[in-house]
Amino acid sequence: MSRQLYGYFRTESFPTPFCSGCGHGTLMAALIRAINSLNWDMSEVLFVSGIGCAGWIPSPHYAADTLHTTHGRPIAFATGAKLFNPRLKVVVVGGDGDIASIGGNHLIHAARRNTDLTVICANNMIYGMTGGQVAATTPPGAITATTEAGNPDRAFDLCRLVEAAGATYVARSTVYHVVHLVKVLKNALQHRGFAFVEVLSSCPTHYGRRNSAASPTDMLNLYKGLCVGLDSAARDSAAIQGKILIGEFVRGGRA
Amino acid sequence: MGWSTARAPLPPGRHLWQGDEACAEGAIAAGCRFYAGYPITPASEIMQRMARRFHEMGEGVFIQMEDEIASMASVIGASWAGAKAMTATSGPGFTLMLENIGYAIMTETPCVVVDVQRAGPSTGQATRPASGDVMEARWGTHGDFEIIALSPWSAQEMFDLTVRAFNLAERFRVPVFVLADEAVGHMRENVVTPAEIQVYERERSAGLAPFGSEADDGVPPMPAFGQGERLLVTGSTHDPWGYRKVSDSAVQDRLTRRLVQKIRAHQGEIIATEPYMADEDLDVLVVAYGFTARSARHAVKLARQAGIRAGLLRLITFFPFAEEAVLHHGEKARNILIPEMNQGQVVREVQRAMAGNANRVHLYAQTNGEVICPLRILSEIKRLVET
Repeated sequence: MSRQLYGYFRTESFPTPFCSGCGHGTLMAALIRAINSLNWDMSEVLFVSGIGCAGWIPSPHYAADTLHTTHGRPIAFATGAKLFNPRLKVVVVGGDGDIASIGGNHLIHAARRNTDLTVICANNMIYGMTGGQVAATTPPGAITATTEAGNPDRAFDLCRLVEAAGATYVARSTVYHVVHLVKVLKNALQHRGFAFVEVLSSCPTHYGRRNSAASPTDMLNLYKGLCVGLDSAARDSAAIQGKILIGEFVRGGRA
Repeated sequence: MGWSTARAPLPPGRHLWQGDEACAEGAIAAGCRFYAGYPITPASEIMQRMARRFHEMGEGVFIQMEDEIASMASVIGASWAGAKAMTATSGPGFTLMLENIGYAIMTETPCVVVDVQRAGPSTGQATRPASGDVMEARWGTHGDFEIIALSPWSAQEMFDLTVRAFNLAERFRVPVFVLADEAVGHMRENVVTPAEIQVYERERSAGLAPFGSEADDGVPPMPAFGQGERLLVTGSTHDPWGYRKVSDSAVQDRLTRRLVQKIRAHQGEIIATEPYMADEDLDVLVVAYGFTARSARHAVKLARQAGIRAGLLRLITFFPFAEEAVLHHGEKARNILIPEMNQGQVVREVQRAMAGNANRVHLYAQTNGEVICPLRILSEIKRLVET
C-alpha cells in the first residue's frame, strides 16, 4: 500500500489479522483509495461493521468513527446514526454471512427505504472466521465444513436481490479487478440513496482449500476466469453461461 | 452537560392520558428525539404517540423498523450520533432486543427500553397484563452485568419514570428499562405535567478515553460520531480507547468490574421505594410493584380497618434491588407477602434480602392474565395473620 494513504489508517493496528491470500486487505485499501480520490474528510465518515472477518476491515483499521456491532445488524445500527445525523457519511462493510444471511432482513428493508447508506458486502462465499461452514452465498456443489458431499442448496444473487428490493445503486466487482473495484466504490460512495456493492473477496484458507483453489493466486485466477463484464455480456449472451457478471447493475437517481 | 432545567414541551397542566401516551410524553419531555420501534400489543400506542408528536413538533426522528432487533440497533446507532433515543415493546419483542441490549451495556450506550408486559410465555395473551419479564430484564442478555429497571404503577409514573429513565441512562451510560404492565400501559387517568423538567445530559468531553475511567466505578465521557474523535465502538472486550482486546484477561476483568461497579456504587442514587403505613411493627408487610401495588395499597387500607397491622412497601425500582429498604421494613414484620403477576420472581429477591428470615416471606402468585384485585390480597393478609 502506498505510504501516502497511511494517514487514513490507525497504523498501530497493523499488521491486519487477515490470513495470507485473504481478499479483505485488498478491499480495505481499495475503499481508502476511493475515499482519497474523493478528498473526503474522514472525520465526517462513520464506518459500521458487524461480526466476521470483514467486520475487521474498517474496525479498528480506519482512522475514522467506527461502530463494530453485533452479528448481522450493522445496517440497522447505521440507519439510526444516519437518520439522526444526516451530515455523517455512513459506510457499512460486512461479510456475506453478516449482511446477507443473519442480516438479510435489514439489507432488503434498507434497500426498500432507499436509506442514504453505502453498503459493501465482502462476499467470500463461506463463513471464514468460524471455520468454513456453508453460507447463503456458497455455490451449489461446493465443499464446506458443513457440506462435505457438496452444497445441496442454491446461492443468493445478492445484486439481483438488492435491486428487486429497491436499491438505487447496485454493483459487483472483485478483489482481482482492483481498478474496476475502486471505480465502483467511488461511484457508490457518491451515490445519494441506498448504494450496494458486492465484492467477491478471496478466502483461500476456508473456501479455496476445499474447492481446488488452495493458493491465493488460484483464487484470483478463479475470479479472473469466472467473471464477465456487463458490457461484454451485452454483446455476447453465450459468453455469460455459468459466469458471474461484474459491473454496475443499477445507477438510478434517488427515488 | 450534567443536570439542567428544561422547559417542558407542553404547557403545565392536567392531561387525561393512557399510560402508554404518558410514557411517550415523558420521553419527549426528557429530550428524547429518536424513536425506533415495531408494532406490538400492548405497547404500540407509545410508538404511535411518538410518531405523531415528532411530526407535530417538527423535530425528532421516528422510524418504524423491520423488527425489534433492528429497532434496538438503530436506537444504539442514534445514541452514538448524539441522540436521546428510545424504543418500546412487549415480551416477544423484548426477547428479540436482548442481544443488542447487551451490546448497549458493553458499549455503555445510554438509551431507554420500555417493556409493557403481557401474559406469556411466547405469544401468550397479548392484551392481558403480567409481570413475567422481571427476571428477563435482569438476566436476559448473556454475560455478566448490572442493569437499572423501573416499575411505574400509574399513568403519572409512566410519565415521571420515563423522564427518570432517560436521566439515569445519560448519567450512567446504560440502557434503562421501564418495566410496565398492560394494565398500567392501557389505563387512562389524569397526569399532571410540570412547567420545568430536571434533565441530565451525558458528558461529551473530547480527548478523553470514552471507555475508561480513573475510578473503578467511573462513568467516562461519551463524545458523538462526527465530532472528530475517531471513536472505536465495539461489543468486543476493549481497552479505554475502544481497541479490541480479545484475549487480554486483565482488560476483560477491569472492564466487566467497572460496568457492574458504576451501578452498584451508586445504588443510593438509583433505588426508589415508597412505604405506606409501614413504619412500625407489622403483622404483614406487603411488598408490591406495578399495577399490583395499587391493589395492595387498597388491601392494606382494608386490613387496617379490620384491625390488622398491615403495611406496604412499594418498589419503584426493580434493579438494583432495594435490599436495604426491604430489610429495614421486613425486620419489623412478622410476615411478608409478595403478590405478583408471575409465579415467583421478585419474591426471590425479597427472600435473599431477608436472608436468615426467609421463612417469613410468602408469595401470592396469579398468572391468569387478570390483575390481582384488592380483596384477593386482603384474604391473603388475613390468612397469614390467622396462621
